Amino acid sequence: MHRPLEWKDIGPLTDIPVQGARRVDHREGRIAVFRTIDDQVFALRDECPHKKGPLSEGIVHGHAVTCPLHNWVIDLATGFAKGPDEGCTGRIPARLVDGRVELGLVA
Amino acid sequence: MTPLSASPATTASRPRLVVIGNGMAGIRAVEELLERAPDLYDITVFGAEPRVNYNRIMLSPLLSGEKSFDQIVINDLDWYLINQIKLHAGDPVEQIDRDDQVVITKSGLSVPYDRLLIATGSMPIVIPIPGARLPGVVTFRDVDDVDTMLSASAKGGHAVVIGGGLLGLEAAVGLKARGMEVTVLHLAGHLMERQLDASAGHLLAKELERRGLTVLTSADTAAIQGDTHVTGVALKDGRELKADLVVMAVGIRPDTRLAAAAGLEVGRGILVDDHMVTNDPAISAVGECVQHRGACYGLVQPLFEMAKVLADHLAGKQAAGYPGSVTSTKLKVTGVDVFSAGDFSGGPGTEDIVFRDAGRGVYKRIVLQDGRIKGAVLYGDTADGAWYFQLLKAGEDVSGLRDTLIFGQGFAAKEGGAANPTAAVAALPDTAEICGCNGVCKGTIVKAITEKGLTSLDQVKATTKASASCGSCTGLVEGLLAHALGGEYEAAGVKPICKCSDHDHDTIRRLIRVQNLKSIPAVMQALEWKTPDGCHTCRPALNYYLLATWPGEYVDHGASRFVNERVHANIQKDGTYSVVPRMWGGLTNAKELRAIADVVDKFDIPTVKVTGGQRIDLLGVKKEDLPAVWSDLNAAGMVSGHAYGKALRTVKTCVGSEWCRFGTQKSMEVGVNLERMTWGSWTPHKFKMAVSGCPRNCAEATIKDFGVIATDGGFDLLVGGNGGIKLRGTDLLTKVTTEEEVQEYCGAFMQLYREEAHYLERTAPWIERVGLDFVKARVVDDAENRRALHARFLASQRHAQVDPWAERAPGAPAARDFQTLATVE
Ligand code: SRM
Ligand SMILES: Cc1cc2nc3c(=O)[nH]c(=O)nc-3n(C[C@H](O)[C@H](O)[C@H](O)COP(=O)(O)OP(=O)(O)OC[C@H]3O[C@@H](n4cnc5c(N)ncnc54)[C@H](O)[C@@H]3O)c2cc1C
Ligand code: SF4
Ligand code: FES
Repeated sequence: MHRPLEWKDIGPLTDIPVQGARRVDHREGRIAVFRTIDDQVFALRDECPHKKGPLSEGIVHGHAVTCPLHNWVIDLATGFAKGPDEGCTGRIPARLVDGRVELGLVA
Repeated sequence: MTPLSASPATTASRPRLVVIGNGMAGIRAVEELLERAPDLYDITVFGAEPRVNYNRIMLSPLLSGEKSFDQIVINDLDWYLINQIKLHAGDPVEQIDRDDQVVITKSGLSVPYDRLLIATGSMPIVIPIPGARLPGVVTFRDVDDVDTMLSASAKGGHAVVIGGGLLGLEAAVGLKARGMEVTVLHLAGHLMERQLDASAGHLLAKELERRGLTVLTSADTAAIQGDTHVTGVALKDGRELKADLVVMAVGIRPDTRLAAAAGLEVGRGILVDDHMVTNDPAISAVGECVQHRGACYGLVQPLFEMAKVLADHLAGKQAAGYPGSVTSTKLKVTGVDVFSAGDFSGGPGTEDIVFRDAGRGVYKRIVLQDGRIKGAVLYGDTADGAWYFQLLKAGEDVSGLRDTLIFGQGFAAKEGGAANPTAAVAALPDTAEICGCNGVCKGTIVKAITEKGLTSLDQVKATTKASASCGSCTGLVEGLLAHALGGEYEAAGVKPICKCSDHDHDTIRRLIRVQNLKSIPAVMQALEWKTPDGCHTCRPALNYYLLATWPGEYVDHGASRFVNERVHANIQKDGTYSVVPRMWGGLTNAKELRAIADVVDKFDIPTVKVTGGQRIDLLGVKKEDLPAVWSDLNAAGMVSGHAYGKALRTVKTCVGSEWCRFGTQKSMEVGVNLERMTWGSWTPHKFKMAVSGCPRNCAEATIKDFGVIATDGGFDLLVGGNGGIKLRGTDLLTKVTTEEEVQEYCGAFMQLYREEAHYLERTAPWIERVGLDFVKARVVDDAENRRALHARFLASQRHAQVDPWAERAPGAPAARDFQTLATVE
């Protein structure tokens, strides 16, 4: 079954700290929206593949975030854990339109 | 040579050995002699420089700020005392009277000798151009030169370095690190032409330019301009450059002045035979000042070999003479790997093997002749330098390895298997030279490790001298330790902070200070971080180092803090938080307890617990409720307890003489006052204190970072304890009598820890690493330093004692970050 993607505006980029993240509530669970040093945005389910740590609270470096609970490093672009750890968290399409952040959510 | 018997001229009980030159070769010869025959001679050393023997090679890191003078001293004053060596530092010898066998010094001292050793080193060449003697023109040879460069660089401005050889480039990079605009002028067509071929020289120039230096090759200096001080440099092609400092590093000339004046045979250097003896049998010479079989040397490895031969001779040991040396070169610029050895000029009958990897900036060239390595140049990846050098010196036939030679030893040994550094050193033959400077082979090191049970780099240095000079073989020595000890070896010494940088914690801390680096991006730029914005390991460390170095000036970087310190609460396994308000010295009252009870009800907080730190923990608070919870606690006069921070945590107290029948001092009052003085301060790791009112020690002061135990006469001050996985009891720092002293020692100790320790190193491992004596020398023995440390602590507290909770109360701008950004369908 094909469900179309719908872009939802969640606010201006400036509401997210550089090298930081904010949380968005969604009916299917929380989403972490990241802003990297080069002003790109990424979005992942706010749940670490290890033990569900809140990724939105991690330290953002390069295009990766370190989970605050046990230091797994998650690749923002793919949602996969880097290095020796194995696991993957859901990725949500994110884009910037005129300085505002949009998430691609299934309708 | 016959060994010395007490000669007629000897009045003392032992023959007198006089050494002219307190430098690297002269003192190494004395060390080697003491090893062979500790009491044979009555030794006197003269040095022109007013200081003890230091590692001249390390002047480059001293200039760049990567090392301090103390770290480059080889033998301190105690060494001279213990070995009964008379040292006259700062009093150069001006004349050698060979007829009477005495030396006469500048101060007029006249000292007789039975044996004389000349080790005067060499003099930097000053090219005779107009302006060469102007103030602001320096050479690069000793600590005074470095001091001159440092005071010039403190004012910023432009530096011109004449000479793009080893020394010139190290000076240029050092001055750049100190904040000057640097131009290197080099006469030849490419840099380091004596050590590198044109390709490697070009890569090196490009790398230096990328680091912000200007490199001009084929540049011939015409004159140095200026009236009372340097202002510029004019080139023969008419170009003019602005300059506030000019460093001349165009070469060295053996210092033969004394020897020549005394009528000894001199060529370019003082002529010596294979036993380092001059044409006067009572006089020997070693080091850069000599000429042996036609060659003069300017690197330590041959000098150290000479020192051994000379020591044999002075000790009367029959031994083989010095055959001369083949040398290899490394450039000591952090992050630039350059290696060369042998003859790589090419020419008829030679064959080149070249490997380039532009992406990684790697260039390797091996010159073969008759199936043997004749020369090697490596740029960007020098790991196999030692191996090639070994094959070169041994004159080994490498025809069989020819196809894979350029890929290095790991490849040759394992046929394409991934080369891991430990495996690579393991594969070396026992005769392979590991430490070029000191000529130490693998076999010697491995034997020392296994037979003497060595377990650390420092022990290997002390026992074998490997890696004790320029330090570039440290990695290989660590590899040998790792191989010999297996999993038991934990590399010490230079450990990069993380994969983002080549620098260790200490170097980073020092460079932040000396290079005036004031933000995380500035540190990353200046120290050449390898990632765009670091990682979760280095960023919090840098944030702390900057905060501790520039209090009041540096603006804390929230995105570089661990979540707990960013939101000022402890994250729990389910993503909720715990809140611990400060209870000064573990004391509380009805108003505070009532406020806590109200907060618990109002926000439906599931768990309330008394902590091991004598205060109350509210667990399970939702993130969005944090600002409101704090605001209610603030209203009752409570502030953050920093239970989440690498910061001052708790000061536990017992009841003390206020109530207890055994108490000797007011421990609650002392504890509360300590907490009032220290709360809010950020530290490398958490910092806990306790004050007990008598030696029964109910507050458990003996497992705290700073503990106080009251006695009848005053207070015992204890440091370096912790609970945790590895329990460590405190050490006694000192005993004091007044509460003011308790405060001063506490502030001074905390400040020393704040300034010296590595990030995430608690006081217990820190003291284990630096030694209690290090702490005592600075905090107990040196009262002035203690007061200065305490004053710096209080100064930084003026900026640190702001309640982070109040700053994030509802309505404050920072409170916004605690809310979700949006809710979407
Ligand atoms: C809450 C508390 C347990 C309690 O309910 O009593 C506690 C809780 C935690 N301790 Fe502790 N420690 C608590 C007192 C202690 C004590 C007792 C004391 O301070 O006298 C010790 C032993 C003394 C010491 O520190 O040496 C202690 C030694 C540790 C250690 C080991 C420290 C070490 O240097 O080895 C850790 C691990 C670490 O910090 O890396 C730790 C780490 C933790 C962490 C931060 C674990 C974590 O990373 O999440 C826990 C946070 C829980 C939270 O969210 O609040 N906790 N912890 C205590 C809070 C004290 C306070 O009021 O601030
Ligand atoms: C900045 C720098 C970096 C270097 N880097 C390296 C490197 O990476 N690798 C390497 O192998 N080599 C390096 N070298 C070279 C190395 O330091 C020298 O080869 C070595 O120091 C020479 O030892 P020496 O004892 O002959 O001379 P020195 O170490 O110079 O000692 C001679 C001493 O004699 C004293 N003296 C001179 N005349 C008198 C007198 N009349 N009376 C009393 N004392 C006198 C001098 O003051 C001096 O202290 C470097 C040198 C410098 C300056
Ligand atoms: S002892 Fe372990 S489980 Fe208990 S609070 Fe400390 S860290 Fe957590
Ligand atoms: S929950 Fe993220 S690392 Fe454990």
